[in-house]
Amino acid sequence: MFKTFIVGIVLGIAAAAAGLHLYPVVDQHREASIVSVAANGGNVEAFHANVPMDRIMIGAPGQSTALPAGLEWPADEMLQNVRVELFKIRDARDAVVGVAARTSASNGATEIIDWMLHLPARGSVYVNMRPESLPGGYRQGELRAGSREFDQWSGRMTERWVRNSSADEEAPAGRIELVTTFVGRQEAT
Amino acid sequence: MKYLIALVLGAVTGAALFVVALIYNPFVADRGISPLAVSQSELVALNFSAVPSDTLVFTNDGNSTKKPHPEKVLQLWEAPVRKTSAMATVLRDARSQTAGIGVKFSSLSERTRLLQGDALVDSVWYVYLPKQGSLFIQQSENYWAFLRDVSWPAIRSGANNWKGNWVGDVTDGPGVLGTALVTGGTGVFQGLKMEGVESLIARAYSADQGPIAAEGQLLIELPETGAEATAAAD
Repeated sequence: MFKTFIVGIVLGIAAAAAGLHLYPVVDQHREASIVSVAANGGNVEAFHANVPMDRIMIGAPGQSTALPAGLEWPADEMLQNVRVELFKIRDARDAVVGVAARTSASNGATEIIDWMLHLPARGSVYVNMRPESLPGGYRQGELRAGSREFDQWSGRMTERWVRNSSADEEAPAGRIELVTTFVGRQEAT
Repeated sequence: MKYLIALVLGAVTGAALFVVALIYNPFVADRGISPLAVSQSELVALNFSAVPSDTLVFTNDGNSTKKPHPEKVLQLWEAPVRKTSAMATVLRDARSQTAGIGVKFSSLSERTRLLQGDALVDSVWYVYLPKQGSLFIQQSENYWAFLRDVSWPAIRSGANNWKGNWVGDVTDGPGVLGTALVTGGTGVFQGLKMEGVESLIARAYSADQGPIAAEGQLLIELPETGAEATAAAD
């Protein structure tokens, strides 16, 4: 019987090792990407954040109503001209696929608008927007860096506020539309 | 029948022995000295609290050890973001003065391999330092040593907590020396490619609430041109 117990120990060790080796400890959920091809090449992918329901945080001085409730934005003078917003972002099917941060700040004559998009199963992108607005209410920016799937890619992104035109009472007030166009690898440009 | 019971008991004992051997695996070495500790270049140190309740906002799926803060913050419960956390926090310089704002997104990594001592998290930081500019940091973090030295002892203790002094680098890549890749976005950092390391100092941890007393630090190595530019900005 002792020999059987020893065999059991060996089997237990082998089973635990095999299970840990074969079964993924982390398995991120993936939504199928909705990508189209731009006329001049590159992949076009659109994301959006429904406002106000996808807004996680508005960090800015002098907010009459804090979002989220209980947020205490520091009174430090250093952060007086900084506004940070966090959102959930959705794909074209309106499924949540990631999170994003939008930071705007004015530093004297310079205005900064940056986006960081994080898609857990794929990677992240960092985009500098040009502060000036283009015809049609667009603002355009350049992809500065990306991680994992977006590593080494270059391209651009547009942002636009789209007001809701639906009469549905539960419809969002509008949405922030983000359209990324990744045109190739940085080495090639 | 008794042979079957002996076999099952043996298998359970074997699995338990495997878990113990995994946790105390002598072949998983600590990383030791930080790759930036011997750097000759100028370093920027940004400190932040690693306790969720000390941040501006911390959110996750709401079911993890770390609780969202503030309590009513929108939670990341949808399947694609359920293993992700988002944090916005004030960054402080070495004199504890406000240096800027940092936003961190972290997701459990599918490259996690517990057999190899890899408990990985893919994370990115957006850092905005007024008067200087913005940075993007991409890294993979390995929390194996933290789990082994802090979380596991907290779970094992009768009071479900741990007190001590744990100091370690959590950054584990993708840089060759286990550093994070830092890209300058705007201001004096524009166009710069740098390296960085995130480290953690834990003093108290609860198995129920997560970190009770802990601080994090981002250490960024400036290239020479960047160091000159930040000095000019100051």
